Amino acid sequence: MNWGGWSNFWAMGGYAGFVWGSYGVTLIALALEVYVLRRRRTRALAAVRRAGQQMARDPDEGTA
Amino acid sequence: MLSTFLAVVRRDLMLAFRQRMDVMNTLVFFVVVVTIVPLGVGADPNLLRAIAPGVVWVAALLAAVLSLQRLFASDYQDGTLEQMLLAGEPLAVIVLGKVVAHWLVTGIPVTVISILLALMFDIDADAAMTLCLSLAAGTPVLSFLGAVGASLTLSLRGAGVLISLLVLPLYIPVLILGAGAAEAVASGLDGTPYLLLLAALSLLAMVLTPWAIAAALRISVE
Amino acid sequence: MAVDVTGINWYKYSAPRTFYPLAGRLIPWFAGLALVFCLIGLYIGFFLAPTEARQGEAYRIIFIHVPAAWMSMFIYVVMAIWAALGLAFNTRLSSMMASALAPTGAIMTFIALWTGALWGRPTWGTYWVWDARLTSELILLFLYFGFLALEAAIEDSRRADRACAVLALVGVVNVPIIYFSVKWWNTLHQGATVSLESAPRMATTMFAGMGVLALGFWMYCIAAALHRVRSIILERERRADWVREAA
Repeated sequence: MNWGGWSNFWAMGGYAGFVWGSYGVTLIALALEVYVLRRRRTRALAAVRRAGQQMARDPDEGTA
Repeated sequence: MLSTFLAVVRRDLMLAFRQRMDVMNTLVFFVVVVTIVPLGVGADPNLLRAIAPGVVWVAALLAAVLSLQRLFASDYQDGTLEQMLLAGEPLAVIVLGKVVAHWLVTGIPVTVISILLALMFDIDADAAMTLCLSLAAGTPVLSFLGAVGASLTLSLRGAGVLISLLVLPLYIPVLILGAGAAEAVASGLDGTPYLLLLAALSLLAMVLTPWAIAAALRISVE
Repeated sequence: MAVDVTGINWYKYSAPRTFYPLAGRLIPWFAGLALVFCLIGLYIGFFLAPTEARQGEAYRIIFIHVPAAWMSMFIYVVMAIWAALGLAFNTRLSSMMASALAPTGAIMTFIALWTGALWGRPTWGTYWVWDARLTSELILLFLYFGFLALEAAIEDSRRADRACAVLALVGVVNVPIIYFSVKWWNTLHQGATVSLESAPRMATTMFAGMGVLALGFWMYCIAAALHRVRSIILERERRADWVREAA
């Protein structure tokens, strides 16, 4: 497939809005999911640390 | 087992009779929803004739969803449900009785009153008859699938909206077949295959869902 | 019984404690493979595959549309299987896998719908047709929403796992019934006469691009689900000793 220049490539034969609209939103959706995944992990780790500190303060409560 | 089933049906029917306003409210809601539609889309008789079966069926779906919340809620609150779980009788049979009773007090009245609504939309007698039969054959599915949603959301906050979210997508096949039956007859085709498929779905739901409902009740109450 | 012919002790890996580090080691591999496959697939799709005769360049949307649609349906079935295993054998990890898959499945469904609409506009002249596949895909999105909403509404995670398992099983039995009824409804109401049979006759390179991207999506979904399941393990077992050591 020879596009004959980048401007032709970006124009997508007149369908630029549809093609790049699809690929762009897909990329945004996946990037958003990755962001949410990382944030969830950060929060889960913070919760683990908080639970650890709490158990260090009153050891009787833990492991129940 | 049959005596358990009949006892549960009789008990739930008596309870429904004592609280007949609940049953009436569902029915009035059904009629109001159907009546609102011409005010929204205009009173063109041809248009109304064309959309009548779909409108009646959508209203029946909404009325069913609305009535589901009280299916297990009062039994849960007064502790009867726990007794049912502990009873020696198979839970699926008790559940079957409760759902059949629910259908008798919501599905049947909706089916009967749909004849009047069909007149309001001026559809011909054959199509009206088919619409009525399709409701009779299809509303059991609404009660059975709906009971799955009701048992899963038992005692949850905002259960009402949640039930509709869970259950309405599952109702779609019944809606398609139900509305399709009367539309087929109105356009001069045979409605029987639709009615048979609806009846088949009802039987399938009757065989499969009581187990799911019983499992869901155990999960929700434990 | 505990050790099968493969020599792997599956019971060992069904415990969150042993699965957590294993998943952590697997994620970079799946994420890397996802990136590699997607880049190769995009290269094939944009620079090797020729212009389609009837649809022009607009057809290039299907390189992501079809893989996303496949994954959306596949994930729902896999999710239901994990949920069923969790319900039947009371294995916590299976239920966690089911709830880790649901958001990714919903995202794949959304991508399939969005790209389908943008593909439909130049191809069919309208963003949305009440075509059997599009409509079923939308209903699938509602089923995912129902699963996620039920999970969010139940505070006790054990109850949420089991309730969602029942819902997923009822849903997975219903999906074929929904699909065939919608298909039937679609053929009766001749509203949308266009059909997906008018999809392009695929050249080999087109098919290759789509296949490689499908592999990339698959790897991405596995990586995302494993990442999420690790977070779920941390959230639920935050009081366990091994979690505090691992974290």
